[in-house]
Amino acid sequence: MNTIKRILGVVWILLGLAAGYYLIVSQAIPQFTSGKTEDLVPAIIYTFILMPIITGGLCVFGWYALQGEYNTVE
Amino acid sequence: MDENSVGGVAASSKKTLWKVIGASSLGTLIEWYDFYIFGSLAIVISTKFFPPDNPTAAFLSTLATFAAGFVVRPFGALFFGRLGDIIGRKYTFMVTLLLMGLSTCAIGLVPGYQTIGFAAPVLVLVLRLLQGLALGGEYGGAATYVAEHSEPHKRGFRTSWIQTTATVGLFISLAVIMLTKSSMSAESFDDWGWRVPFLISSVMVVVSYFIRRNMDESPLFKKAKSEGKTSSNPLKESFGNKYNFKFVLLALFGATMGQGVIWYTGQFYALSFLQNVCHVDFDQTNFIIGTALLAGTGFFVFFGWLSDRIGRKPVMLAGMLLAILTYRPIYDRMYQLTDVTVKQELVDQQRTEGNILMKAYDDGSTATWVSEGESVKQTVHVGKGAFFSIALLVFIQVLYVTMVYGPIAAFLVEMFPVRIRYTSMSLPYHVGNGIFGGLLPAVATYLVTKAQMANTAAQQISGNAPYEKPHLEGLWYPILIAGVSFIIGLLYLKNKNQNVQ
Repeated sequence: MNTIKRILGVVWILLGLAAGYYLIVSQAIPQFTSGKTEDLVPAIIYTFILMPIITGGLCVFGWYALQGEYNTVE
Repeated sequence: MDENSVGGVAASSKKTLWKVIGASSLGTLIEWYDFYIFGSLAIVISTKFFPPDNPTAAFLSTLATFAAGFVVRPFGALFFGRLGDIIGRKYTFMVTLLLMGLSTCAIGLVPGYQTIGFAAPVLVLVLRLLQGLALGGEYGGAATYVAEHSEPHKRGFRTSWIQTTATVGLFISLAVIMLTKSSMSAESFDDWGWRVPFLISSVMVVVSYFIRRNMDESPLFKKAKSEGKTSSNPLKESFGNKYNFKFVLLALFGATMGQGVIWYTGQFYALSFLQNVCHVDFDQTNFIIGTALLAGTGFFVFFGWLSDRIGRKPVMLAGMLLAILTYRPIYDRMYQLTDVTVKQELVDQQRTEGNILMKAYDDGSTATWVSEGESVKQTVHVGKGAFFSIALLVFIQVLYVTMVYGPIAAFLVEMFPVRIRYTSMSLPYHVGNGIFGGLLPAVATYLVTKAQMANTAAQQISGNAPYEKPHLEGLWYPILIAGVSFIIGLLYLKNKNQNVQ
């Protein structure tokens, strides 16, 4: 189980990066450049709130998992 | 050690415990009430405080304001969590109660856009942010306060009463709005009546303040303080220390993130879906949701109690898994039950009055279409059979909510030590609920609208719609988030408490 937890650490890091890419490239940038006022708030939320939490949080979580920080002590 | 003692401190007597639970729950309930009347009145508020020339823009602005109320919650968790770990739980959650009450009352007093112009939406936004800050500080305080008074083996049961407050607060907010609406004409409600639910809050806050004022500080916090063991910098200890921070991340990704989206799907997205996607009448939708909430509320306590017996993890993860597997069939059925295009029309009962077309159907449902310029507004009033079926489907969702939410306070409290508990548990809770959960109605509505627009565009070109059921597209957000949370929770969470003392 500990090995699976560690290996999955890579998955969480990749998932964090993929989520960050999706939020910025597919959501935030088109909304920032749309010229519509109502798009500005979601774009700001994606860039400055969601992206740091999801990408940053999942990458750190994955890194900790990879290092064995969540391993069960037998 | 005695099973009724906590960290060497005897748990409070039964009478004191129920007083603690009552006072904490009442205050938290009022805070949820305050927070939700804004969301429940979003459409009315949008016409009062935002430029009225574009209703869609006005509604989106309100949603943005609503989101702002949620996004700011984690900051409230940090600010008040730190205070709670330094000066104490009791004083901190009294401040949050007063801040919430004053902000809510003030929203009810702000003049509309037509009276004071752009200052109106700015003031409402600022007050909404203050509400979010207050809520961010309130919940962690109340949950910690009750848990630290409780016997360790009954912590899930005792704190589950706090967990009922969010649902009861939503229920009361809907009930107050419906009562206010029914006691006056539609014009009066639209003119000034919508302010009443906001103003009522001030009375409730004063009552709750006086009840809370007479309560004692948490015994565990008092002991830690008398021994000089409280933290001087809870933020640094919680998030700058790897040992604690890894548990903050685990609590967020393995529990509160999934719990947050399930909570908002079962209670808020169901409401938004019925009103905006199925076009069910506003009052009837509130009545359906209210019925399901009332029937489901007792299960928060049941699942809190059950988590004391079999552990928090299996109860919460079972709720997540059931939700992931059944959301799409549930929402598809809700859509079918309200879809008048598949119902048998009673042609002889069709009438037209001015710009209003009315139709009746064999299952007792009725539908009206009101033409205003180029737009047509459809409203469906479902028959008795469909009403109970939809209420049952919403009740099932509320049941999932009670499974993931009932044990979460005890789960979070037990993850962190006394000296940084308020700060450490508040942040993952409010990021999970406020951000992942709070943004759900906006994200899900966006996904549904996008799918519907893609279908319309594709049909004009080739006749083939890319989405078979565009109304279900919004569910991918909670399913995906809860799915990730379920896997992380299953693999990384322990069923045994880590910081029971």
